[in-house]
Amino acid sequence: MGLAGFEVEIQRQQNGGGVVTEDMTLNMGPQHPSTHGVLRFVVRADGEVMKSAIPDIGYLHRSIEKIAEKVGWHGFLPYTDRVDYVAAMFCNHGWCMAAEKLAGLEVPKRAEYCRVIADELCRLHSHLLSVGTMAMDIGAFTPFTHAIREREYLNDLFEELCGARLTFHYMRIGGVGWDLPPGFDEKVTAFLDRFEPMVEEYNRLISYNKIFTERLANVAVISAAEAIDYHLVGPNLRGSGVRYDVRRDDPYSVYPELDFEIPVGRGEVGTLGDSFDRYIVRMDEMKQSCRIIRQALRQIPKGPVIAKVPRNFKPPAGDTYVRLESARGDMGWYVVSDGTAFPHRCKIRTGSFTGISIIEKVSRDLMIADLVAVIASLDLVAPEIDR
Amino acid sequence: MPLDAAGVHARLTARFGDAVGAPAGTGRDAALTVVPERIAEVCTLLRDDPDLAFDCLSNLSGVDYPKAGHIQVVYHLFSYRHRHWIVLKVNANRDDPVVPTVSTVWSHANWEEREVFDLLGVRFTGHPDLRRLLMPEDWPGHPLRKDFVEPEEYHGIATSRESLLKA
Amino acid sequence: MSLINTAPEMAITAKVDDLLNWTRKSSVWYMMFGLACCAIEMMQTGGPRADLERFGMAPRATPRVSDVIIVSGTLTLKMALRTKLLYDQMPEPKYAVSMGSCANCGGLFQLAYSVCDGVDKVIPVDVYVPGCPPRPEALTEGLVKLQEKIQNERWLVRKSEPVGTRV
Repeated sequence: MGLAGFEVEIQRQQNGGGVVTEDMTLNMGPQHPSTHGVLRFVVRADGEVMKSAIPDIGYLHRSIEKIAEKVGWHGFLPYTDRVDYVAAMFCNHGWCMAAEKLAGLEVPKRAEYCRVIADELCRLHSHLLSVGTMAMDIGAFTPFTHAIREREYLNDLFEELCGARLTFHYMRIGGVGWDLPPGFDEKVTAFLDRFEPMVEEYNRLISYNKIFTERLANVAVISAAEAIDYHLVGPNLRGSGVRYDVRRDDPYSVYPELDFEIPVGRGEVGTLGDSFDRYIVRMDEMKQSCRIIRQALRQIPKGPVIAKVPRNFKPPAGDTYVRLESARGDMGWYVVSDGTAFPHRCKIRTGSFTGISIIEKVSRDLMIADLVAVIASLDLVAPEIDR
Repeated sequence: MPLDAAGVHARLTARFGDAVGAPAGTGRDAALTVVPERIAEVCTLLRDDPDLAFDCLSNLSGVDYPKAGHIQVVYHLFSYRHRHWIVLKVNANRDDPVVPTVSTVWSHANWEEREVFDLLGVRFTGHPDLRRLLMPEDWPGHPLRKDFVEPEEYHGIATSRESLLKA
Repeated sequence: MSLINTAPEMAITAKVDDLLNWTRKSSVWYMMFGLACCAIEMMQTGGPRADLERFGMAPRATPRVSDVIIVSGTLTLKMALRTKLLYDQMPEPKYAVSMGSCANCGGLFQLAYSVCDGVDKVIPVDVYVPGCPPRPEALTEGLVKLQEKIQNERWLVRKSEPVGTRV
């Protein structure tokens, strides 16, 4: 424990008026209600203004990548849920895509549609938590309870689909675990009919609230070039104006057959690439996800939901890198197979990992309270960072 | 104009000759093997050349191959401008893995290389701040290596637990 | 002046104890120690549907004002040292609820090298709530069991071992 690696010099400054100030070195975390999981920041601050905020991670490092080498291809799927438990369907999907690409498996069409429906419902699930906790971090507790209430309806849908509320384990290598239950499309449509006006209600409640916009406008402006250099992805990248989405520009599954837009930040209340842009991109993405789910429910064909995959799954030796658009952005799975029933290596490159690496740079000259807003706007979750 | 692996290879061999190997693999996973000493220069060219313009390091991972005797560092690069991909592989000797850093080329590499150092023990020369990222500062060994042995205890806490199913 | 063990055990002392414990169990403030997936379910349990506030349980950020620490999620070895520190910072009488398989015994991460198999290796636990993650109903039942435990404590007349304090 302690400050190993963070040794700082105490600087004394002479302010105008003869006041001598000293920098403080503060510790924020790892237990803190405003951090999104167990993150620790060593903050060097001159009063309220930070000189630097250095992240210290690893408090949730559960060695998931090493476990992949021990439990085998099928057995790793429950662990993928825990890689990003807020958006677990995407992680299942990523692992299945990598394994299927290595083995050259063809996934049935109905299974692909089930995957897309599950993915987009999970995107709603994740974005609701993200905007809810963001409002809570800024200080507004009521939007958080609204978000939790909506998530409960989604939890009911997920429970009907796959039996679990958070760590779904819905997808299997070659397809999905279970077909959509009877009556599911009516329930989902009823939920969407109820939910889409709620996004507008949310916008009226908090998004354009004066205090909220003042807290987020012009905070941690990240330019497009910086975002690409640090490899920010997803809403973080689109908030900076780069219109790139893996579903549109590098499509997988049945996304080529679906029609949706890619919202980007517009610099509405401040500079392009500030925290508000990243937030409003998530709100707009929720509306697009509703659109995708409705189309998928109309277009879903009949058929099997899983391909024939042997229990003792042994893809040929080789490596592959697949990406998909998770709620937190482009999630990359680099999987190496050596021809046995156990993967040789699994590396997961996540959006939160790159997001936290830019914090040290953007936190100069921000206030400590702004640090909380920045962490929330980058939508960091500790399990993605530490794995 | 998007290039495939052979096109990128042609441009690299024009400048670096034998330091860059021929593409191995199919499709987007076709990889070029680069000698460790030249990787930083190769990456700088890949980013700065206007036809290549690989402005994004999508992934940097380390893989341990004990039977082959090396630790492989794999770079997946992407270009937002031209929308093409390339994979580079660098093999470092397993006993003393040393690879030049590419954190001067893409800032994303900074933390990724720290992670590879932490979990596999690869030293990246020229890295501004090479220290452990995920494991505690005083952790012995590099966990992702195939021959890693878990310590019995850490600061007084035993690392194993007796099974609850014992009679 | 301490009232402990001054009065003989009578009907009145038992009733005073019941009254004291009823007030204490109706206002158990929990420290949000959300580490991993169970933290999301803990948030949902505090949410509108499976409301914890109706039991008087308010979430607190700091250990200094909380009665119970709900350890929800996987405890890594790096975090275990801090957990002990936070538990020590809580004032007496304090309780600990271990929520989820990972906090109970390491859960599915017993195979991991960096995970502490169970929070009871660092702090004494009162209630174990199984599940991965436990449903809000399960966590609520666990906290109701904690309330029963609090209700059955005896303060005014103690036998050999004090029931309410922790070593």
